[in-house]
Amino acid sequence: MTKAGTTLAATATPTSAVRLPRRRGIELALIVLAVLLCVYGYCAVGLAKTGTVPPGAAGYGAGLGVLALVAHLAVRVRAPYADPLPLPIGVLLNGLGLVLIYRLDLQTPGDRAAPAQLVWSTLGVGLFILVVLMLRDHRVLQRYAYVCVAAALALLLLPILFPAVNGARIWIRLAGFSIQPSEFAKVLLAVFFAAYLAANRNALAYAGRRVWFMQFPTGRVLGPIVTIWLVSVGVLILERDLGTSLLFFGLFVVMLYVATGRTGWIAVGLLLAVLGAVAAGRLEPHVHGRIEDWLHPFASIDAGQGPNQLAQSLFAFAAGGVLGTGLGLGHSILIGFAVKSDFILATAGEELGLAGLCAVFLLYGLLVERGYRAGLALRDPFGRLLAVGLASIVALQVFVIAGGVTGLIPLTGMAMPFLAQGGSSVVTNWAIVALLIRVSDSARRHYDGQVAP
Amino acid sequence: MSTGYGRRRGGMAGYVRRARALCALLLFALLVNAARIQVVLARGYDDNPANRRNSIARYSLPRGDILVGGVPVTGSRDSREQLRYERTYPQGPLYAPVTGFASQLYGTTFLEHAEDGVLAGTDPMLAPFPLWNDTRRTQNPGGNVVTTLNRYAQEAAYRGLGSRKGAVAAIEPATGRILALVSTPSYDPAELSGNGAAVTSAWARLNGDPEKPMLNRAVRQTYPPGSTFKVVTAAAALDAGVVTDLDAPTDSPDPFRLPGTTTRLTNEGDGCADASLRAAFEWSCNTVFAKLGVDVGAADMTATAQAFGFNDTRLRIPFTAAPSTFDTSVDRAQLALSSIGQYNTRATPLQMAMVAAAVADGGLAHPPYLVERTVRRTGETVGTGGAGPVRQVMSPSTAVRMKELMVDVVREGTGTNAAIRGATVGGKTGTAQHGIGNAGVPYAWFVSWAQADGDLEPKVAVAVVVEDAAADRADISGGGDAAPIARAVMRAALGF
Repeated sequence: MTKAGTTLAATATPTSAVRLPRRRGIELALIVLAVLLCVYGYCAVGLAKTGTVPPGAAGYGAGLGVLALVAHLAVRVRAPYADPLPLPIGVLLNGLGLVLIYRLDLQTPGDRAAPAQLVWSTLGVGLFILVVLMLRDHRVLQRYAYVCVAAALALLLLPILFPAVNGARIWIRLAGFSIQPSEFAKVLLAVFFAAYLAANRNALAYAGRRVWFMQFPTGRVLGPIVTIWLVSVGVLILERDLGTSLLFFGLFVVMLYVATGRTGWIAVGLLLAVLGAVAAGRLEPHVHGRIEDWLHPFASIDAGQGPNQLAQSLFAFAAGGVLGTGLGLGHSILIGFAVKSDFILATAGEELGLAGLCAVFLLYGLLVERGYRAGLALRDPFGRLLAVGLASIVALQVFVIAGGVTGLIPLTGMAMPFLAQGGSSVVTNWAIVALLIRVSDSARRHYDGQVAP
Repeated sequence: MSTGYGRRRGGMAGYVRRARALCALLLFALLVNAARIQVVLARGYDDNPANRRNSIARYSLPRGDILVGGVPVTGSRDSREQLRYERTYPQGPLYAPVTGFASQLYGTTFLEHAEDGVLAGTDPMLAPFPLWNDTRRTQNPGGNVVTTLNRYAQEAAYRGLGSRKGAVAAIEPATGRILALVSTPSYDPAELSGNGAAVTSAWARLNGDPEKPMLNRAVRQTYPPGSTFKVVTAAAALDAGVVTDLDAPTDSPDPFRLPGTTTRLTNEGDGCADASLRAAFEWSCNTVFAKLGVDVGAADMTATAQAFGFNDTRLRIPFTAAPSTFDTSVDRAQLALSSIGQYNTRATPLQMAMVAAAVADGGLAHPPYLVERTVRRTGETVGTGGAGPVRQVMSPSTAVRMKELMVDVVREGTGTNAAIRGATVGGKTGTAQHGIGNAGVPYAWFVSWAQADGDLEPKVAVAVVVEDAAADRADISGGGDAAPIARAVMRAALGF
């Protein structure tokens, strides 16, 4: 861990690769800090609700610590140059999510979600370790692009065969567990997009007609974007999953822009998104209701029907104020249904306050930034697009659900990465972090001194 | 920069940076919006009536108690529900006109309402130090409200009314402290405390009851005061100099023709023609007082009535009392009727107790009050009641002569049922006709004050009204129905 490397990098001409510090010690220190923070939160909940430290505190801390430590060792062995931040951020957010779900479980004794979430977190970390150990080079994934897209479409279509849950066909229920296949499909689609765009970006970037200041693509290459748009609309109509639809489409537009640099794509993308949104708002009563709720969150109160979920969510955030009520002392349980999943952020907002909420947002922001940073440092277009895609999934997903529950944009059901109850989501997010670790290791290992990773 | 991939301006790296900038913009939007919700709009959301958090906080601690004679007449019960503590009332119906109810569904009334800040713990005065509430999140425990009530007087009044419909108000003349406030039929406010289906049905039942058990007749219901209003008219006549000698003939005809009309006013009994004020007061001659009211004139009658507290819309004891009325724009015939407690003259039992109290205290009217002081759980006083301005209603010499007239009523007139051995009692009966053509069952009134023989000043003034639709009309009378109740209350207040 010498400073010489960085000083050298700033001045020397990048002819030969410069060895960067590995920073595994920093990662370990941050992991310990993250685990301690989570154990502290767990104890705070117990002290607030029952006046005693919860009996499982030591076990919980040890379990989380061992999981994080094993993941850290895997990184040490197989990705020693990896960015030291993504893993501790994942541990902290996942641990905080477990604390919040445990805290909400105390008020819903008949419906305990924390044990299952702990199992899923373990599976997620297992997948993380598996990916870090097995996937030696991210470029291998490029070969499986079409396998990925086929698998993604299959996963998306699978829930149509299962009965709708709460109006949305996005779950499949197997042996008591509900799985949300679209969560896994996200990562597969990001891999496919990265591979497809890396291979075809020059053809896609071929400028067609110039209108005003934007270069519009020719009709021939419009095919892919229209296809993806149709898939998104299909997801929306067949599964009534507005959030996933929005995420797929946003992800594709961002990656397309990064691959081609054509603002015309953005314009076409926005136009199609607006068309889709207007049509959905008109035709789908489900979507129309969400937009009405967003415009008038207190309409149900004025109508004498009491506050709806969004109003309860806003009340929870407001009750938190700047410093929050303290863990275990809020009343976000009033939100009712989905308080542990889609609305988990309201509990964080009420009990940790604006301060805690900003910290959570900044953690996500940091994770996204590290992804982009790896993308900037990588030399191969596939890796670069993959890093950008994975980071954008996190960014878009956080924005869509956090913006939804705070009334910034219409609410669409989606899991807050790592925080929310939902096994598929936790496992997927660990896969994303594992891939980010892999690409950042690659970026820093082959550092050429041009862009600081 | 030559990466080998880009075509212009840094190529792909440039686009990645722009995409990153977009993500930063999204993050910024989330942060700004979070600050907007949690700081800027938070107060409005917190105060939204549909936000249950205020209710949860409100019922998270036991509510402060209302004390009568040092003993709580309220309590709290841990319901182990979301709204945790519910109000209990060990002697609900007895104190209901004072406490009111504190319901998780229907809000609060009377003292529970007027002193809600202290009882619920939200009053900033309850903080042990200034700025304490600003730095701490936890709510202060509710404070207690110490009332002026005398539990023996309250119980005597409640027992005296029994199953009849009516009200009693008793106050201490020298201070205005309210000693008893009873209204019957009453109800148990504990039925309304919680938030379950039983509360909803109790609410519907109580509101639908034709007997109106939740109506506080002592302060919220006005009645035609009838002959008890003659205390006001007599005081006005003496103060205005219309009558200078209690025993001089008043030059009044029987029957008395209402000025400007052909209506003739008569009396129940004989001997009222040209009677003296003393005799007319003793035997409650309508003709004499109608004429005296006209002789005093609308301006002076109004001034005296308002000095006693009529037409006062701002009275708080600390909850509001219905204003008693004396019509200020009347012709001479209406003035004549107003002066004998008819036409638009209406009074609450509390108002008539104030009339008796002003006479008893040498012509001074003290605003009545129910709350002696409010205290923290730990006992320190945070507020005191009864600092209202004192009014001189009549000259002290008039008050002396009024007391003489009222004592005569109890000693040998219509109010002998109120006499107490060992005390001087002054009183006035009333039997108020009402309804179209006086078809309604009349209200029996009695207003009085009492001074124990060893005391320096009268210790209690009381007003009783009995409206009993079940009784035989002929049997209703102030002296017969109301005076014994007043006597029991006065005995209790004097400690007999």
